[in-house]
Amino acid sequence: MSQPATLTWFARHETRLLWRRWISMMTAGKRSREPILAVVAVVFVALIHLFAYYLIAPVAEAGISPDKTTLVVLTGAAFLSCSLMLSQAMESVTRAFYAQADLDLILSSPASARRIFAVRMMAIALSTTLLTTVLAGPFINALVIYDGSRWFAAYGVILALGALSAGFAIAVTVALFRCLGPKRTRLISQIVSAVVGAGFVIGAQAAAIISTGSISRFNFLRSEDFLARAPEAAHFFWWPARATMGNVTALTVMLGIGLSLLALVILVFSANFGDHVVAASGEAYESKKQQHRLAVFRPASTGHALRRKEWMLLRRDPWLMSQTLMQILYLLPPVLLLWRNFGDDLGGLLILVPVIVMASGQLAGGLAWLAVSGEDAPDLVASAPITERAVIVAKIEAVLGAVAIVIAPLLVAIAIAAPMIAAVALLGVAVSASSGTMIQIWFRAQAKRSNFWRRQTSSRIATVAEALSSILWAATAALVAAGSWFALGSALIALLTLAGAWLVRPRQANGT
Amino acid sequence: MAGLLRPDAGSVSVLGIDALSNPVEAKRLIAWVSDEPMIYDKLTPFEYLEFVAGLWSMEPASAEVRARELIEWLDLGPHAHERCQGFSKGMRQKVALAGALVHEPRLFILDEPLTGLDAGSARQVKDVLTERVRGGATVILTTHILEVAERMAERIGVIDKGRLIAEGTLEELRRQAGGAGGSSLEDVFLDLVAQQSSAA
Repeated sequence: MSQPATLTWFARHETRLLWRRWISMMTAGKRSREPILAVVAVVFVALIHLFAYYLIAPVAEAGISPDKTTLVVLTGAAFLSCSLMLSQAMESVTRAFYAQADLDLILSSPASARRIFAVRMMAIALSTTLLTTVLAGPFINALVIYDGSRWFAAYGVILALGALSAGFAIAVTVALFRCLGPKRTRLISQIVSAVVGAGFVIGAQAAAIISTGSISRFNFLRSEDFLARAPEAAHFFWWPARATMGNVTALTVMLGIGLSLLALVILVFSANFGDHVVAASGEAYESKKQQHRLAVFRPASTGHALRRKEWMLLRRDPWLMSQTLMQILYLLPPVLLLWRNFGDDLGGLLILVPVIVMASGQLAGGLAWLAVSGEDAPDLVASAPITERAVIVAKIEAVLGAVAIVIAPLLVAIAIAAPMIAAVALLGVAVSASSGTMIQIWFRAQAKRSNFWRRQTSSRIATVAEALSSILWAATAALVAAGSWFALGSALIALLTLAGAWLVRPRQANGT
Repeated sequence: MAGLLRPDAGSVSVLGIDALSNPVEAKRLIAWVSDEPMIYDKLTPFEYLEFVAGLWSMEPASAEVRARELIEWLDLGPHAHERCQGFSKGMRQKVALAGALVHEPRLFILDEPLTGLDAGSARQVKDVLTERVRGGATVILTTHILEVAERMAERIGVIDKGRLIAEGTLEELRRQAGGAGGSSLEDVFLDLVAQQSSAA
């Protein structure tokens, strides 16, 4: 047992909280699900190892030498991991700033606030590193088995990149906080986090489309043109890749840089971290004045009042805006493809159809969760003189309206080049968005709107059904656009998925 | 009664309207305020009242006049165009109460309406409820502060472990508890609960 209020004591406390929060998130707070979670985790780790061995075996058998192609691919993977870790760390820092949680208790206690915030920053670095370790670990293990123990060094690289990302995320968020103040930092850091998270993947994909016309990132990274422009194999730019392959000097430098930056950031910022958290929590209680001093009540039907309220809440939710931005960012590569193929190559346009259909299904699912499960005043709406059916219809209209605003410009652009493909895409978007919405309505469970980021854990069936339905409707739309009769089969499976979800939906405690 | 749950058995009639066969018309007469104020952090009190008026299909012009009166009367004027996210518990309770009053219901169901309110606001709420009762409305409120029930209620129901164990005027409850004529509601309540426990 460590001495109270020491670093190790705080670390033990933070670890326990992190662990319980994670378990609660994965089991949606139901303790009965814990054994199932353990089984699923073991199966997941086993499957991902099998997948990794399947992918790595042929590469390793051919021999892995530190040539330019290998270095480029490893560096690309490191950039991808780093952008994801940076995004996750920024999200964690922002959450640490703005969540009230145990702040009052910590700051009113005689314990050193600096110490607890130092531990909290280390916890951010640790959780950031752990997620990437879980995802990359099976591939590293496969490389160790097939190509030798030198690949264990990759774990060290992940640790270095995790520390680097966490240190950078803390420094950037605090800098934003000091420059922009607590009001704007939350929105900006969430948007930056979303952009950084998707940035490398989408950037590489966009570069691939522009240069090669292909959507594959790795084809682009391995292309002769890219390899010719990349620095020579001896350049220090490849040190992360060399460290991954077991170069002790490179690994030592990487670890030195990463851990030093994190230590420096903790040393510099832990003393004032509490002040920022206090300022941020003050912002949460600060009212925002609307420019509606001369506002008047506008005539509206009951349905319109509900729709207007939903749209207003969506518009005023900065965190949701960043999530929506993610969806729009993922549409960027298809937009580039559209631009590249505009007017002369309808084959490229066909690729757009499934992407748009899938994005609209996912977007609709997320918005439907907010409108239905994330309703802040469910009892008010339930006690209003309006039927439950009318409430649901109004919410569906609100969700589909919001999806239409995001997707419509793309559909219009396609329609100019190929009206028939646009018509198919429109139909696909309508069906996919409606399916995503209906699944969220069937599986609605009252939750806090702020828990949007963990909505997937509340109902695994709803999450899987929503993803499957989006993918299947996307495939159906693509097959219809290509004139294939296989579309009928795909549509049938999509309908069966919906029917299955409807059959296993939980019973609702309906009002009258 | 407020239409939140479907009853397992029996019937519910609200001022002569069957709440099971005609829930929409029954709800038109009811206002329900829970102990956790049902408001939206991202809406202003003015926008909230506009939304509630829309839900109850009120005519916009008269709803707006009524909303402005309520906002002023509940001292929400300086905050009428601020988002509710920064409001104290008392202010949130006032906004929820304004929402309940804006559509002029004939039956109020209030769950702990005085929780979190300062003395002045609590007095305002009690005054408006009394005024509504004088105007012909019915108020059903739950409270753990027995002095409030003793002072305000015409009829009192005692609930123990989720079951209604006694109901009537204060005098009727005193008789039922077998207590002295001037015993307080608190004494009556404790006696009734003790009798219930010993009978069980």
